[in-house]
Amino acid sequence: MKTYRKLLTLATVTAASSLLFSATVYGDDDGGWGMSWFKQSKLDVVPVNNQVYRDECGSCHFAFQPGLLPEKSWRKMMSTLEDHFGDNAELGAETQKQLVDYLVANSADKSNYKRSTRIMGSLKQGEVPLRISDTLYFKRKHDEIPLRYVKDNKDVGSYSKCEACHTRADAGSYNEHEVKIPGVGRWED
Amino acid sequence: MKIFKTMLAAGVLLVTQSASASPAVDALLKVYSDAGAGPFSAEAGERMWTQKHNHNTSPAERSCGGCHTSNLADAGKHVKTSKLIEAMSPAVNTKRLTETKKIEKWFMRNCKWTLGRECTAQEKGDFLLYIQK
Repeated sequence: MKTYRKLLTLATVTAASSLLFSATVYGDDDGGWGMSWFKQSKLDVVPVNNQVYRDECGSCHFAFQPGLLPEKSWRKMMSTLEDHFGDNAELGAETQKQLVDYLVANSADKSNYKRSTRIMGSLKQGEVPLRISDTLYFKRKHDEIPLRYVKDNKDVGSYSKCEACHTRADAGSYNEHEVKIPGVGRWED
Repeated sequence: MKIFKTMLAAGVLLVTQSASASPAVDALLKVYSDAGAGPFSAEAGERMWTQKHNHNTSPAERSCGGCHTSNLADAGKHVKTSKLIEAMSPAVNTKRLTETKKIEKWFMRNCKWTLGRECTAQEKGDFLLYIQK
């Protein structure tokens, strides 16, 4: 009986996840109301799907999804890698071009995912932020969090470490119910 | 069982040997030699490792050891970004010195950041011998 129940649960979960998966896939190029709701309920920003980007950028810091900044930001960042937030992150010409193409094609202005559109909507005219944490949308979303949870938290240290608190950040999900601050626990406002 | 142990020992020996003679390092040393540099010296590399370089922007004083520590077997931390850096020595970190492209990429970045210019072929050869030691 127990085995039967387990099997049934497994079958239900499999069926449900395959349904979700196929809906998400169709949702990508659909954009209709029903599908976009489905998609948004799952992910906030398109996950990183480029191995060169993961290797080159993600080996030093969290591989921020391209959909978290507009095209102009990525272009500016990629043309100033010699002084990349105080460090030198220069790339070979070929890799450089490959990554600019990837970042631009997936930048926030090209995406209709929730976080991307909201970040874009919060920018001032002509603003070209180099840090995601400089955008008004980001600030509004984090303004209730005390300094000791992030900057003065030895397990976090900086807002640039998305994955330190957002447990599914790497999958492109920044839902507040998934937040777990090291040494503090769950955070819900 | 005894045979197994012997095989294991042989395997370990093989791994240690290949770590001390990396094909990537050999290939690069040849490139540097062809460019007119050499002979290379681990001692010269070691001296340069702790040599301090002055800069106008923070941190004003930079050296290889400033981030990598002066012990190649130890993990380090970037003095500016606090990024954790795994140990440089291939004896404790087998991923080190295995890819020529990666070695050249980090030489370019770190020589410019630390020395304020790219390293010469001679300097890069000296560094490789020191790190590989």
